[in-house]
Amino acid sequence: MNQNEGTSPGSSLPGAMTSPAIEVVHLTKLYKTTRAVDDVSFRIARGSITGLLGGNGAGKTTTIAMIMGLVLPTSGQVRVLGHPMPEHSASVLGRMNFESPYVDMPMRLTVRQNLTIFGRLYAVANLRQRIAELTADLDLNDFLDRASGKLSAGQKTRVALAKALINRPELLLLDEPTASLDPDTADWVRGHLDAYRKARGATILLASHNMLEVERLCDRVIIMKRGRIEDDDSPAQIMARYNRTTLEDVFLDVARGRTNALSSDAAPGLREDNASNKRGEVAS
Amino acid sequence: MSDIAVTAGSRGIALHRIGAMILRYWYLLLSSWPRLLELVYWPTVQIITWGFLQNYIAQNAGFFARAGGTLIGAVILWDILFRGQLGFSISFLEEMWARNLGNLMMSPLKPIEFLLALMAMSLVRLAIGIIPMTGLAFFLFHFNFYGIGLPLIAFFCNLIFTSWAVGIFVSGLVLRNGLGAESIVWTLMFAIMPLSCIYYPVSVLPHWLQLVAWTLPPTYVFEGMRALLVDQVFRADLMIEAAAINAGLLIASFAAFLALLRSARRNGSLLGGGE
Repeated sequence: MNQNEGTSPGSSLPGAMTSPAIEVVHLTKLYKTTRAVDDVSFRIARGSITGLLGGNGAGKTTTIAMIMGLVLPTSGQVRVLGHPMPEHSASVLGRMNFESPYVDMPMRLTVRQNLTIFGRLYAVANLRQRIAELTADLDLNDFLDRASGKLSAGQKTRVALAKALINRPELLLLDEPTASLDPDTADWVRGHLDAYRKARGATILLASHNMLEVERLCDRVIIMKRGRIEDDDSPAQIMARYNRTTLEDVFLDVARGRTNALSSDAAPGLREDNASNKRGEVAS
Repeated sequence: MSDIAVTAGSRGIALHRIGAMILRYWYLLLSSWPRLLELVYWPTVQIITWGFLQNYIAQNAGFFARAGGTLIGAVILWDILFRGQLGFSISFLEEMWARNLGNLMMSPLKPIEFLLALMAMSLVRLAIGIIPMTGLAFFLFHFNFYGIGLPLIAFFCNLIFTSWAVGIFVSGLVLRNGLGAESIVWTLMFAIMPLSCIYYPVSVLPHWLQLVAWTLPPTYVFEGMRALLVDQVFRADLMIEAAAINAGLLIASFAAFLALLRSARRNGSLLGGGE
């Protein structure tokens, strides 16, 4: 499997540096006897957009949570923007941000109040101006002074995105950023993320079940299954390897253990990995 | 770009982050009249109930007639202790109820800054409840709480320090165990209540229980209050001993909070925070 940084158009953007944005080495998380993440290693280049794919319980959210420092690994190391996490989190947290369906913005506070508080927490200079920029960029004006709890799902997602962008993060971690959005809003959010990455040279790691989203946005895809990395490459390479025209078909192949879908030119090691995984499933 | 400011603020305690959290809770209070009403409601009920009881006892018992104000004074000081802890803990619970803890833990906000903001908010919430309460005590029962004078500062500081120590500890428990542990927030202080000798002297307790009572800083405060109101003596020794125990309690509770936070990270409970 490819566990290198992978090529990315973003790596030549301003701000790209020699150390990867994220480096994960032999990361494992055990919850009692459940192995949520199992010896995962990867590096993510600065300025790239990487998709983390996998079914429910594949270990995507736990992996992202360990990168953020919200969950401590059982073993293995995480480095973010060149700093070990969570030991040096104070040096890193102000330069990154995240959005997740597992957290909400305080519902009784207005959108403007929430953005003001998070802007202050992140010590954003010229905060009013920054909120005005985000209001314009993410079209928040109609509900800027409305309580966050009274917004529609699409509006809430835009507000969560505004919070995630308030500090102009170098690294953005997104867990299901377009879940529960209608296709039009989801497409709009994807466009905005791509524009932000291009404008700022930011790195984005997103976990998603939306294959179209990953195909459109990501330079690279990491597919997880049962806590392990099942495949890791560009979307085009992965689709070619599985002899499929969409990532959704690849996802189904991986989820259902259809290793015979792999094309004949796939790396022998990869096919062996998949075959052994399948045997493991039967054995378990 | 904000990075410079962020990097500069990554060491030490940043007042702007504490201020941001205080602002967050202030916005919340202003957005919800039931929350504001609740702050005033219970102290008002308490002072009226106990104030009239004191009036009745004073008319019928020589000791309480001499010890005018001990009951009302005790009620107000108990409320400082109890409301101080609730003010701290409820602000913390608001983050759990709002599922906002992940946002905060992922931000540059440090645990110590978070706790300092909660302490500041407990003072704000306490002031909203206690100031009208003391006003009622004066107008209805002619008890001037502020007439206690400078000793009141020592009483107040010791009680609020204890309330913060308890608040920090129970917040850590909720952080680690989720909202299933919420009831501890509301009940733990009542376990301390009988041993703190709020309404009666320590000498009433059996000897072995007195030893337990003297490990609690509020016991010193309530004994000190009775010495002041009954004997007109300010027991500075009691206040110093209480402050020393409080210092130990605060350090221990902060260490427990950090340990529980680490355990929550290990257990993955910061992601959910539910039951």
